[in-house]
Formats: sequence, C-alpha cells, structure tokens
Amino acid sequence: MGTPSKSGGVEKSAYTTVLGSLDSYDKGGVELINDDARHYAFSNIFEVASKSAPWEKVAVAKNFEYVLEAVRAEGTSQWRTAAHDEFVVCLDGAVTVELVKLDASPLAPDAGGSIALDGEPTGRPMGRIHLARGHQALLPSGAAYRFSAPSPAVLMMQTIAGPDTQFRWAEICQTV
Amino acid sequence: MTAIDNDVVKSDTTNAEGYHKFELGEFTFSRDEYFVYIGWPTGSHMMSIDAFLRALQRDVAWDFFYGIVNFDGVFGTMNHYGTVDIFAGRYNDSYRKAELDYSENHETPVIRETFKSILADWTNASFDPFASPHETGAAWGVKSGDNLAAVTRRRVAAARMVGVPGDEQIRTDESGMPVNRMFRDIDQSEPIIEVEPGFEGEVAAFNLFAFLSRSDVTWNPSVVSICKDSLFCPTTEEYILPIIHGNDRVEWFIQLSDQITWDVEDRDTGAVRSRVTMKAGDVCAMPADIRHQGYSPKRSMLLVWENGSLDIPELIASGKAPTYPVEF
Ligand SMILES: [Fe+2]
Repeated sequence: MGTPSKSGGVEKSAYTTVLGSLDSYDKGGVELINDDARHYAFSNIFEVASKSAPWEKVAVAKNFEYVLEAVRAEGTSQWRTAAHDEFVVCLDGAVTVELVKLDASPLAPDAGGSIALDGEPTGRPMGRIHLARGHQALLPSGAAYRFSAPSPAVLMMQTIAGPDTQFRWAEICQTV
Repeated sequence: MTAIDNDVVKSDTTNAEGYHKFELGEFTFSRDEYFVYIGWPTGSHMMSIDAFLRALQRDVAWDFFYGIVNFDGVFGTMNHYGTVDIFAGRYNDSYRKAELDYSENHETPVIRETFKSILADWTNASFDPFASPHETGAAWGVKSGDNLAAVTRRRVAAARMVGVPGDEQIRTDESGMPVNRMFRDIDQSEPIIEVEPGFEGEVAAFNLFAFLSRSDVTWNPSVVSICKDSLFCPTTEEYILPIIHGNDRVEWFIQLSDQITWDVEDRDTGAVRSRVTMKAGDVCAMPADIRHQGYSPKRSMLLVWENGSLDIPELIASGKAPTYPVEF
C-alpha cells in the first residue's frame, strides 16, 4: 500500500491534517534543559479563547508594540477602528465582518492599536466578508469593523497593542 | 579564476565531476559527487552536498533572512542588512576558544550573486533543494543538467495582503500551484466577499490555509500580510529545517497545523537550552539569543511572525532591549 515517491521510498496514499479548535486541541510545550520557560511565553490560542469572555482581546504574542491577540468570537462585537491596517484570521468556526468607511476617524494618524466606537459608525458601508476556518481578512486603516459569530469561534488578530489589549502572561503561559 | 558578471569569481574550467569552483573573498567553494569543500585561510570544512544545497537555497531565497543562517555547526552567514558576514567557526565554542574562527564581511549583492551562481551550477536536474525528501530525486553525482526553474522560484512578498487587488494573488490549479499531497483534506473554499461599489480595493480576504496547502516549497517563510513592521511569514514545513537559524531579535511561532519539534541552543556557543514541541494553536517565542532547528514529521503549516524593524538588532546587541519578549 502507498504511493511510490521520487525518493525511491513509498509514502502513504492519504494524510490527515491536524487543525485545532475550541472543542479539540492538544497542547505541546517547552522541555527545559537549561533555560527559563517564561522566555518562551508558550500558550495555546484555543485554550486562551476557551477561557476568555466573548470579544476579549488577549495578547498571545508581543514584539515591541506589535501583538497577536486571541479572541473568542461569540454573538456580535462592538464596532472598532484603528489608524493602521489590521488583519484577522479565523482559526475555528465562522465569522462575518462588516466594514464601514468612517467619515472621520477619532484616532490620530499615528495612533497604534484599535479602539471601540460608541454606538453605530458614521460613514459609507464598504461591504461584508464571511470568514470560515483558515480565512484571513484585511481590516483596512480608517474603517470601522464589527464581527458576528452565531456560535463560538476563534480569531487571531495581527495588530498593535491598544487600550483594550489584555496581558495575562502568567495565566496563559507555561511558567515551569 | 575569472570575475564574471556581478563580481562572481568562478573557475574557467570545470573539475573532473563537471562542476565549477567559486571564490568569495578568501573563501573557496568546490563540490564533487557527495561533498562540498569550503576553504578559508586558516581552515577547511566538508558538508554533504545535499544538506549544503538545501541550506544555500534558503539563504538565497530569504536574502540572508534575519540574523544568522548556520548551514551546520561551522559554516554560515549573518545578515547586517546591506552587508553580510560569511563565517567559519564564528558560532562554535570550540573554534572560538581555539581562535580558529574566521569571518569576512561582504556587500550583500556580491554574496547574493555568488551564492546564486553556486546554486545554479551545482544543482542537477534530478534535485530540487526546496522540496521535501519524498518530493525530489538526489543531489549526488557528476554534473547532470540543471534545475534553474526550481532554484530561482519567486518568493511571495505581499505589500499589504495576499488577495488585495494589485498585490500577491491566491494560488490555484490554473496558476500551476496544485494542492500538496499532504494537504488534500484542507478546505479550498474562498471567503465570500460582498463589496460596495468603490471599495473593491479595500474589502479583501483569502483562504490562508488553502494558500499554504498549495505551497510547493518547504521551510520558506513568505510574507502574506503587513501591519507596519509586523510581518506574517507563514510557511509549510516537512522533514528538517535545512539550516540552524540564529536570531538577532525575538521571533514568534504560531503552529497552524500538525506538529513541529524544535531543538533550541544558545546562539553563540551551541549549548542546548530546550526542546519545544508545538501543536496546532500553540504559540511560542524564540528568544533573541538562541538558535533553533525544527523537525516536522508530516507537512505542517507554521506561521512565523517577525518584527522587521531595522532598529531591533542594535537594541538587542547593546542590551537596551531584553532577549525575551515579555516580563511576567
Ligand atoms: Fe527562526
């Protein structure tokens, strides 16, 4: 059984890709030989999302001002906006993104991170994007965006740390 | 030896196996059926030719990447973003203590063109240095054709995001990028996008997992989205990272599928520090003073997340910024 490969060996005729989800994830870890586990800030996005309230923006990675946030998507989010491009990857479930081009951004052009808007945004509707697992979307600079997820989903945000970014390293990371 | 275009110094004739010899500064490079022979004023080194070509391919494709690309425990390059160090024994404790290490600094275009010429001359038709072992024939033997299409593949580098009009586009069967045999179970549907007139250039999304499932190379991070200096550089991995990557800044890994195990060593001495196993959804920082090599039993999807700021190597090297990402 199997398929002959160019190497002269034989490979399996079919492979199964392992993806994580809220309901099913398996966590690895750091095996320390001569180091401190905290230097690796090791966590799992699905575990973080499973312990988060809906729409909390929990930093799972940080490099100077930049962060990656894990977000548990459930129900409908607030409207948010940033003065720079952000990106969202749907890692589990399905999420709809609504986009509105703001008539006036409340943020300075060099502001980092996103802020929540009070109520409905004022501007022109740009469109909607329906994301499923593995899909990535642009949240363009100067647009307002809102997510909705009929059932719990997991998002990863590529952005800059802002006023609502939560830092919980001691809770989410391997420490020993 | 003759300097040809772009300052590449290459022998006029080929050796008994049909390959040219190359020089870069005081370094010399030659190959035979099984090995590369690297020489410098105070020493010499041998590597398996297939490991050497896989490493050389990454160094060229990444344009020397961030920090250090160790081909093995002795030979490699360190990027200074405009110039590149080429070294022997520089990050090897024994060579350093014996004062046998050697290093030269070259303008990036000179080392880039020399390495590209070596790769083109030494890669036979049977071998694709970007492919996993199952996907390619052998690197061994006497000169037998070439594989220029494979060794000069264009690297994906989005300006904003893959799928944005005018930017890098998604991969399809029609564009000659079929789904890899190990990712046939990855859903290929693209996001549904409803755009209002006038916003076609800004309402954009793509299937990242499908994009990665169609990658025809291994261990080759390419940029899919950019938030200022924050770069998403996902890659598909199978078998062994052909180099040992030494950081000059903190780098983050987000395992998107399957599993990779990393050996982590001290960047400067090679002393073992840890072993990291990453499964789907795991996030792990790689400190700025380590080097690492990964092992992926099945083709997997890894998101490498970089901060491309030009200021960081100096902040880390001078001790103004810590070598790890967060304090807690
Ligand atoms: Fe690396």
